[in-house]
Amino acid sequence: MKLELRGITKRFGAMTANDNVNLVAEPGQIHCLLGENGAGKSTLMNVLYGLYQADGGEILLDDKVVRFSGPGDAMSAGIGMVHQHFMLIPVFTVAENVILGHEPTKFGGLLDIETARRQVREISDRFGFEVDPDAIVGDLPVGVQQRVEIIKALMGDAQVLVFDEPTAVLTPQETDELMVIMKQLRTEGKAIVFITHKLREVKEVADKITVIRLGKIVGEASPKSSANELASMMVGRAVDLDVEKAIAKPGKATFKISNLSAWNHVGTKVLDDVNLEIHEGEILVIAGVQGNGQTELTEAIIGMHGKTSGSIELDGQELIGKNVKQVLDLGVGFVPEDRTEDGLVAEFTIAENLMLDRSDRKPFSKGISLQLDYLKKFALEKLKQFDIRAQGIDSTASQLSGGNQQKVVLARELSRELRLLVASQPTRGLDVGSIEFVHEQIVATRDSGIPVLIVATELDEATQLGDRIAVMYRGKVVGVVPSNTSRSVLGQMMAGISA
Amino acid sequence: MNKVVKQILNPSALVTVLAILASFIIGGLLIAFANENVQTAAGYLFARPGDFFLAIWNSVIGAYDALFRGSIFNYKALDSVGMIKPLTETLTYATPITLAGLGMAVAFRSGLFNIGGTGQIIFGAMGAAWVGFTFDLPAFIHLPLAVLAGVLASALFGGFVGFLKAATGANEVIVTIMLNYIAGLLLFYVLTTPLFQAPGATNPISPEIVESAKYWRFMGDSFRINASFFVMLAMVATVWWLLNRSSIGFQFRALGHNPSASKVAGINIGFSYILVMAISGALAGLAGTSQVLGAEKFLTPSVAASFGFDAITVALLGRSKPVGVLAAGILFGALRAGSVIMQANQKVPIDIVLIVQSLVVLFIAAPPLVRLMFGLADPAKKAAKAAAKVEAKNGASA
Repeated sequence: MKLELRGITKRFGAMTANDNVNLVAEPGQIHCLLGENGAGKSTLMNVLYGLYQADGGEILLDDKVVRFSGPGDAMSAGIGMVHQHFMLIPVFTVAENVILGHEPTKFGGLLDIETARRQVREISDRFGFEVDPDAIVGDLPVGVQQRVEIIKALMGDAQVLVFDEPTAVLTPQETDELMVIMKQLRTEGKAIVFITHKLREVKEVADKITVIRLGKIVGEASPKSSANELASMMVGRAVDLDVEKAIAKPGKATFKISNLSAWNHVGTKVLDDVNLEIHEGEILVIAGVQGNGQTELTEAIIGMHGKTSGSIELDGQELIGKNVKQVLDLGVGFVPEDRTEDGLVAEFTIAENLMLDRSDRKPFSKGISLQLDYLKKFALEKLKQFDIRAQGIDSTASQLSGGNQQKVVLARELSRELRLLVASQPTRGLDVGSIEFVHEQIVATRDSGIPVLIVATELDEATQLGDRIAVMYRGKVVGVVPSNTSRSVLGQMMAGISA
Repeated sequence: MNKVVKQILNPSALVTVLAILASFIIGGLLIAFANENVQTAAGYLFARPGDFFLAIWNSVIGAYDALFRGSIFNYKALDSVGMIKPLTETLTYATPITLAGLGMAVAFRSGLFNIGGTGQIIFGAMGAAWVGFTFDLPAFIHLPLAVLAGVLASALFGGFVGFLKAATGANEVIVTIMLNYIAGLLLFYVLTTPLFQAPGATNPISPEIVESAKYWRFMGDSFRINASFFVMLAMVATVWWLLNRSSIGFQFRALGHNPSASKVAGINIGFSYILVMAISGALAGLAGTSQVLGAEKFLTPSVAASFGFDAITVALLGRSKPVGVLAAGILFGALRAGSVIMQANQKVPIDIVLIVQSLVVLFIAAPPLVRLMFGLADPAKKAAKAAAKVEAKNGASA
């Protein structure tokens, strides 16, 4: 089935989110819609899916104009959507989730779960999904949950499949697997719309690329274009994706981890005899598939992990046994992996978030009295210094885009007297412009002679940002290698094979 | 549960007002149904429908008129004392309700659901009463000492809950509910021991509080209103300052909104739990001192009355903001003062007021219901639209 969007315009008040957008997705093709966060990609897809009504333009399926007043209409017309945030019920089984909303019944109105299970198995076998219809969704890895979403779309006999930023939550391996699935769906003759801002993925699977910027289509691109060309189209100015950094001038090794092991609350070993050291003025990247001990490692450093043994030394001071506040006071800057959950208080203003860790310290308070004048001055200064785009310092964190939220976190962490910077996936989910900015800040921190530890799950980031790379697998450091190590060697190390 | 609490704490001002209005309308219907004249008139409804509606009108107007005369201004009173007494009664009732409400509000803002107002009021009253009737000291030292004893007792009682939560992860809702029973039974027990029971008394009642430990009845002995009213006003200001202008309050609020980010920012969560519950308990304890050293002169098993639960309602109604709690506290004080006259004059059962109070909370907890009743648009949908607008705008300016 061929999908065509013709002249779609969608306004919110005075704002035009989609301005006369045209898009054609042919059967048996993967059509990439490439654009930065906030470019209007999701609005467009919500119009297609019937969640928003367009103010102008029309949707055509096989050259016939259709109108959707809700997702139900879109689904029955053969459009399936795989959402960025899964619409699954964690305590239900795969089969139960898949039939939710259109449950097959047998005689007497009883739920016909058998049919559902059979259908799930059929689709799973056909595409090699390896999904067990009786598994509880909440127990499944994220990548498999996503396949459940895909099965759900396919069960409705969707001919047009829309993937909305599907790789945002996936590990590199899962991403590769998803690419294979998308290619398979293409051979089956489905029309696929793939929404993303990740260039590598686009280049890998796209048959056609449409670039959207500020709600307008800025042009089509060929999958053969270079990543820099695509990025420049997307952002609207020349972009250099390579991290600009001089050769590191490492000094003394001031941060040392020796024989560090850690156990989780059920007693499983999550860190196994980790030994690392980082020199002043050096970036060490921890690479590896997510869930191999990286989170526990950063938690152990800042004093949040419960059961640990071994030693973590900064400037000769032992960190193990200290609480979070004591660790931060020794000059550790920490950028957590999940900024909305661990880095910011969404309901607080930018200014309040900037003093989250030091509200009880001079000059932010005298005694217990907050010094709001000082805070205002400080926040205005940081707003400017870190180029935080907001209405003002009284905007709440929840009103900011991901990139600006991360800038707030960085502004706070980097304005402490630093002796070590720990940043976990610092560019996760950010747009190209913000990624550049974050990388610049991290490199500048390194160049000021501070040891930096970065956790990265994307290999590109690891090799570009790191001076050295330590690969983790199942709680162990497989090896520490220079950053010019080839992708294939790193990939093997990530699977646990030492170099 | 947290999500529900958040929703209850953040209704729009309009929903709050409409919820109160709706509760009074339904309360009016109940008054009419319970009225004898209305019931009689309903018997010959088809013969003379006018009588029926007139009876309804009279019963509702009569009841709410009595409520007004009992809580704000009694224009039918014979002397000026009688006229202004209702207002002072309202403020007298409002004092412990607001104080305890402030305590609950501090906990709610910090993400802790303190249901233990009743127990904490009892501990405050016990501490204050014991110092109040046992010693005989100069007034300038006796009253502060009695108040301090009450506050300390309730702060420890509340802080204990925080300690249990911090040390063992115990759920504060369950712990505080259980401690309410323990406090209530403990009070009843100690009032039968020589330590607390008045000499020669057969019922559970303490000796009278010594004059020097009583809050000053600044309008004379015809009125029960006393200096604890000013303590309450001072606490409204103090709690406002604590929450909005102090680093401690800042950390409490951070904890309430996002415990996980607070932990990463180095805020000592366990200690904060203890401190929040101690402060929350202390404020409820102050309510207890206001009861036993102010409005009443004895310690009795019913010292906490329904103030402990009213406090939760008032904190929710006032959106856990100190000034809001004060306004809600005065509303509840008025309902309480007025209900007495309503029952005496119009034979309207006092329970009607309880129903009105409960309905207010019910409606506030279910904004869609209020919006449906008054045909309002859903602000969540509006917000979603606005958010999409902001997103689009950010996209355009990025």
